[in-house]
Amino acid sequence: MPKILRVVLWIAVSLLGALALATIALHRGEQINALWLVVAAVCTYAVGYRFYSSFIAAKVLALDPKRATPAERLENGRDFVPTNKWVVFGHHFAAIAGPGPLVGPVLAAQFGYLPGTLWIIAGAVLGGCVQDFVILLFSVRRDGKSLTEMAKSEIGRVGGFVAYVSVLSIIVILLGATALIVVNALKASPWGTFTIAMTMPIAVLMGFYLRRIRPGKVLETSLLGFVLVLGAIFGGQWVSQTPSWAALFTLAAPTLAILIIVYGFAASALPVWLLLAPRDYLSTFVKLGTISLLAVGIVVFRPTLNMPPLTRFVDGTGPIFAGTIFPFAFITIACGAISGFHSLISSGTTPKLIRHEPETRFVGYGGMLAESMVAIMAMIAASVLQPGVYFAVNSPAGIVGQAPEAAATTISSWGFQVSAAQMATLAHAVGERTLFNRTGGAPAFAVGMAQIFSNTLGGQAVMALWYHFAIMFEALFILTIIDAGTRVGRFMLQDALGHIWKPLGRTSWYPSILFTSALIVAAWGNFLWQGIKDPLGGINSLWPLFGICNQLLATVALCVATTIIVKTARAHYLFVTLIPLCWLVAVTFTASWHKVLDKNPRVGFLAHAGQLAKAGANPRLIFNDRLDAAITSVLVAMVATILVESAWECSRVLSGAKMASTKEAPFVMTRLATEEQS
Amino acid sequence: MREAGSCCGANAATGDERAIETSQGTVGVMVAAIVRSLPVFVAMLREVFDESAYQRFLERGQMESSASAYALFRRENELARSRRARCC
Repeated sequence: MPKILRVVLWIAVSLLGALALATIALHRGEQINALWLVVAAVCTYAVGYRFYSSFIAAKVLALDPKRATPAERLENGRDFVPTNKWVVFGHHFAAIAGPGPLVGPVLAAQFGYLPGTLWIIAGAVLGGCVQDFVILLFSVRRDGKSLTEMAKSEIGRVGGFVAYVSVLSIIVILLGATALIVVNALKASPWGTFTIAMTMPIAVLMGFYLRRIRPGKVLETSLLGFVLVLGAIFGGQWVSQTPSWAALFTLAAPTLAILIIVYGFAASALPVWLLLAPRDYLSTFVKLGTISLLAVGIVVFRPTLNMPPLTRFVDGTGPIFAGTIFPFAFITIACGAISGFHSLISSGTTPKLIRHEPETRFVGYGGMLAESMVAIMAMIAASVLQPGVYFAVNSPAGIVGQAPEAAATTISSWGFQVSAAQMATLAHAVGERTLFNRTGGAPAFAVGMAQIFSNTLGGQAVMALWYHFAIMFEALFILTIIDAGTRVGRFMLQDALGHIWKPLGRTSWYPSILFTSALIVAAWGNFLWQGIKDPLGGINSLWPLFGICNQLLATVALCVATTIIVKTARAHYLFVTLIPLCWLVAVTFTASWHKVLDKNPRVGFLAHAGQLAKAGANPRLIFNDRLDAAITSVLVAMVATILVESAWECSRVLSGAKMASTKEAPFVMTRLATEEQS
Repeated sequence: MREAGSCCGANAATGDERAIETSQGTVGVMVAAIVRSLPVFVAMLREVFDESAYQRFLERGQMESSASAYALFRRENELARSRRARCC
């Protein structure tokens, strides 16, 4: 393409993006089409990828196509395999896409669609993508080392320890929060519970088919499993309409919580790969398919956003979670804009597959752009709902009341009209008894998705099927994370405890497996139990706690990246990681301060504990609040330590007191054909 | 007028033909692009779903695919898979 044409094209893309951003930012009092959000995001991502990521690649990281990657040098056909960049992209995206970018934006929509959307777009382009890209490249240049190992070797022992504790804390809190989302989505829902229960025999059947009938044909088996799951969704409808069966699958929140805790323990402690591996494949299959389907649905249906750009809850009095836009919108969105957890993937499997260094830009930066697009779609799914419906589904009984009429009256008094009859009709349309107080984000997302899908395919008659398809997708997805996460946590704990007493570190020693599995499950099970007993719905405490942990891990990752940039004598480009780092420090430290010390009992853990103590509440609830406050404080103190250590290391290098040297693997010329690089 | 009309009609027909040709060309380019990217898409799915890893395992051990070979592959991969971080 001639240069002039390219210049004109990029000017047009930039102008279109600016127009779309102006439209979503400046429109007040009238509804806009969801495609404005899509256009704003796509144009900004395109400009960010074309110009900002290429600047980082050329100037900050100096990507070298002649340098052999660990996939080439250490190729073993198992972990280290030079792989086509599109294949690595798909692999990386499948690993980073979790429930975070779906749930976070749905919850943050309580401020209106504007703050969340702007943060998803800006945060991804300037923060999240940069973090994923630089950590991936730094790991590639260090033979695929993990974030914890890089923190240890580039900053110091404290850095490695903090990264380890942050990861373990995130896993525990994430599992508790996501398990709560599943409980809230399935409680008193025989249809949803039946469908999810059926995924277990289906997975066993898939395991048998995969092992005995068609060994290794995973795609074929996953397709077969998917068809069976679709059958289970239809079966769920029959179950919900048959009183005797419906009674069997209508479970209260505590029962569901106990079942999930037992499931998590069994998944971690028992050699049940026959169940877990096929479920994992099935979940990935459904995840990739549903995300693609949602994208097509939004483009084809072009829904109108019913949520206003800003709601009255920007003042911090929101019913879903309390707290003002700054810092809570940024904590809540989490993975859709920047996720510390991604740095684990970028320094895990992905660097061992990269064939040429320049491809880290496409995989790292581009992969996060795709994840951010998923978050935009979740924001659209939440914002197509009538605001009254959105708040009725997401508000806890402790805020709006248990009775439908009382809840509808409270929500209407906020200026978001909704009636008990309207909610009953909607609940009937999606095959549920009630949609009031279904906190956690998943049911609201499912209603939004069902609305988009049923308008695209099948009409209102199949809304219930789409709703339960969405619930099945989310619950299956989250349960897979619970079983995989519990096992990862168990291995991490075994690695650490092995330093204290060697047998505990043996991953095949059964007493150690049982002991560490019980510890991990007890840790996240405690958060889950806390969530279902919390009169404020649990999400009010757990999701911000998870968000803080996740963003603190991103702070650690950006600290590592900044230190490495200083050590590679490119300090004049420090702003690339330093600006998002400073922003994250401001956000996480402010949020932590509020969550621990704020005098508003709906925000501050200690104030809430004090309020409960005065009211003579259950001591267990008071203890939970104090525990949350202690965890937040410890994590902040540890991240502050790594920040100081990193700043000290950087200042010594910049002042010349220490030689600038990094722990990169030595340069080796690539032997892979040059033509592959194009 | 008729001549002019037929003349214009002839021009319009030529324009239509060109439009059809252009649209056929665009569709052709798109179909070709899809066909070209299909193997990459399948390779991506095979990597995500561990089919490629199984293939590499068979090649490494010079084995044929069978129930016992797959069981061996699963055993080898189970630990690595269990330790793989899953994102939020």
